[in-house]
Formats: sequence, C-alpha cells, structure tokens
Amino acid sequence: MPLTSEEGSRKSTADPMCPQPFRVESVSRETHDTFTLNLQPAGNAERPPFSPGQFSMLYVFGVGELPISISGDPEQARRLAYTVRSVGPATQALVSLRPGDWVGVRGPYGKPWPLQAGRGKDVLIVAGGIGLAPLRPAIFHVLRNRDDYVRLIVLYGARSPGDLLFRKELNAWGRSPDTQVLTTVDYGGVNWRGRVGVVTTLFRHLRLHPDRTVVLVCGPEIMMNYVVAELEQHRGVSAADIYLSMERNMKCAVGFCGHCQYGPYFICRDGPVFSYQQVRGLMGKHEL
Amino acid sequence: MESLEPILAQHSFFEGLDAEYLKLFVGCASNVRYYVGAYLFRTGEDASQFYLIRQGRVALEIYAPQRPPIVVQTLEAGDILGWSWLIPPHRWRFDARVVEGIRAIALDGKCLRTKCEENHDLGYELLKRFVRITTQRLEATRLQLLDVYAPHV
Repeated sequence: MPLTSEEGSRKSTADPMCPQPFRVESVSRETHDTFTLNLQPAGNAERPPFSPGQFSMLYVFGVGELPISISGDPEQARRLAYTVRSVGPATQALVSLRPGDWVGVRGPYGKPWPLQAGRGKDVLIVAGGIGLAPLRPAIFHVLRNRDDYVRLIVLYGARSPGDLLFRKELNAWGRSPDTQVLTTVDYGGVNWRGRVGVVTTLFRHLRLHPDRTVVLVCGPEIMMNYVVAELEQHRGVSAADIYLSMERNMKCAVGFCGHCQYGPYFICRDGPVFSYQQVRGLMGKHEL
Repeated sequence: MESLEPILAQHSFFEGLDAEYLKLFVGCASNVRYYVGAYLFRTGEDASQFYLIRQGRVALEIYAPQRPPIVVQTLEAGDILGWSWLIPPHRWRFDARVVEGIRAIALDGKCLRTKCEENHDLGYELLKRFVRITTQRLEATRLQLLDVYAPHV
C-alpha cells in the first residue's frame, strides 16, 4: 500500500478542533485492565484515513478528552480501533463504554512510523506494555506488504503473563514467513513456561544486521532509554535508524496549546514518532 | 565420542580465547541432560559447575516460604548458567528448575578453580568474561526492579 505523503502522515479533512461522532461497535477485553474499542463513524460517513503510529483525541462526553494511539489495521475500511489501559477516571470511563455508546473523535494527528525508511530492510519492533498498541498498525502494514521488507522481528515485554496484549496475534505473527516474535515478562509465576526477564534481554537471541535494520520502539520512556542504549552501544545500530514514539500530556493535538512541549518540539505536531537523532539530547534531561 | 571443543569454540563466551586455554576448558566439560521439572541445583547446595545451555529453558527461582517460588529470570540456548562456583563460599543462590528439557555442557568449576589458581592469566580471562555476564544481568535486574509497566496515574 503506498503511503500518502513524503512522511506518510494522513490528515482528516474535518475541523481539527471539532470532535466527530463515532459509535462504539464493540469492546474487547485484552487483559484485566486493557480493552480495545472498535469505533465506527456515524451514519454513512467514511472513517478518516490514518497511518500507523498516528493518534486521535477521544472525547468521552461529560468526562474528558484523551489522546489515544490507533491500534487497528490501516486497511480496515470502516472501523477505527483503540487499545486503552484503564489507569484513571477518564480512561476508566472510556473502557466502560458499551456497544452503541457514542464517542467524539478528533484526528488522526501526528507523525507516523517511517515505514518507507524500512523498505528493503529488516524491521525490528521493540514494544513494552501498552506500547505494542501504537506499533500494531505498523506490524499489520509490514505483514500486508511483505515483499517490501526483509525480516520482521517483534520483541515484546510486559509486566506479567496476564499483561501480554494480543497474544493470539503474537502467535500468528510469529508463524509468518521471515518473522520472528519473542516475548518476555518481568515477573512470571511458576506455571509460566515462557521467558522471564526485561525486554532488553531478548536482544541476545537476535542476529541483527545493523546496516540494514530500521527499529521502531514504543513503551515507557525509561524502557526506551535502555533499548536505545543496547541498540547503539552493543548492537551497532545508528541513531538515524531508530524511531521512538514519545508521550507527553496532550490537549489541543494540533500544536497550539503547548501542553506537550518537549524541548523545541510539540509531541502532538512534531511527533509522537521521532527519530532518536532528534530526541537523544532531550531523553533523560531533567524537567522535560 | 564427539569432542566438545568445536562446540565451546563456537560459543560467544569463549570467543577470542587462546586455543591452549580452550583445551583446558574442554578437559573440564561434559554433556548433561535434564528433563522438565528437574532441578539443576538448589539454593545452598555446593556450586561446583557452570552450564552452557544448548537447548531448552531454565527458570531461576527464589524460594519464598508460604507462597509459590518467585521466578527471577529464565535462561535458554546460548546462555551461561551459574557463577556461584567462582565466588566463595561456592554455594548456589537460586534454584534452577527446568521449564523445557535441557541439553547443556557442564563445566567442572572445582577443576577450573584449581587451574585458575595455577595460571592467573587464565583466571583473569575467565573473570573478565564472567564480569561481562554479571554486569549485563545486574543491569537487567535494575530495569526489572523499576517495574516500568506498573500503572502511573
């Protein structure tokens, strides 16, 4: 599938500050605290196109608005999927919605994953926790356009076996040609037969070709710090080939309000996806 | 019988090691197998070996009274298991339970300790290699302690 612009980002033609009504089509429980909402636009309206890595502002009427990454298949024509972890009142309200309920949707916004940069190369995905959700559309894209890429490697770490998202899909992806999926958990019980250890411990199972690998990383920022250190210092991957999805508190989503300022950038407008080259001087800086 | 020398020589732990030293390791090495549920060692036992895992998966566990054991790490093919044999009092600090059937090369730690005492160059080489592993695992443990996926409201 060709992406639309030089950077691949897609923009809705709707007023960027006006939420569009979407109906909740279904809600699926992924883990004890994380749910995927499938939304459809009202009436016969088309859903806005999006590129992997972009996010929307979801408005729970009477509660508040939240930036949530799109987690579904970009080729799924009628539906937008969002995977939400319940961590506070607004996200709890969002995951409590039921089929037939209405949500306001603004967007999509932001810079997507640079999937063009991965063409003809290996794509290494490193995800931690809920960070797999914004990467899932990129995985769908690579699997759908398999001839454009060489190997697809997915490294995924979660807190415990019960916190692993999309487990059936992870298994299915791992059975695809030239695709390697490795998962691990920080804490495993005695009945868990999989790996126990942080996500960076998975690198020892890989043979990377640093000169022909593009890496997409999403997870808690502290996890990403460890991942980029491993990639750069021990695996020889250039900062220019590493891309990260950053997170800050977003409000307007269009670069006006400044809530998500990150050094010289606004995460909503200039990100959320950045090359590590762009942000390496900012990561780990206090008060940012 | 198949010599273990080519297997050791190909392992990253022994990469760049002087051929004479490698022969010393081969002299202390033997093939071992463990089945699911077996323990390679238990906390407090004499640590007299370390293992180069060739196949399978081992869970390192800490016994916790009145609750299930806590799995702190798993190790698998390509990994080195065990350094307590190198550091006094030479007793295991964990239980090592087999999660997937294990084929491994066991290296006799007592034999190696003697050789390291006799040849400090060998001892220094070995320590450098183990320090690299322990550092990697210490860093991983620190990240694990941060509990980065816990909810932060």
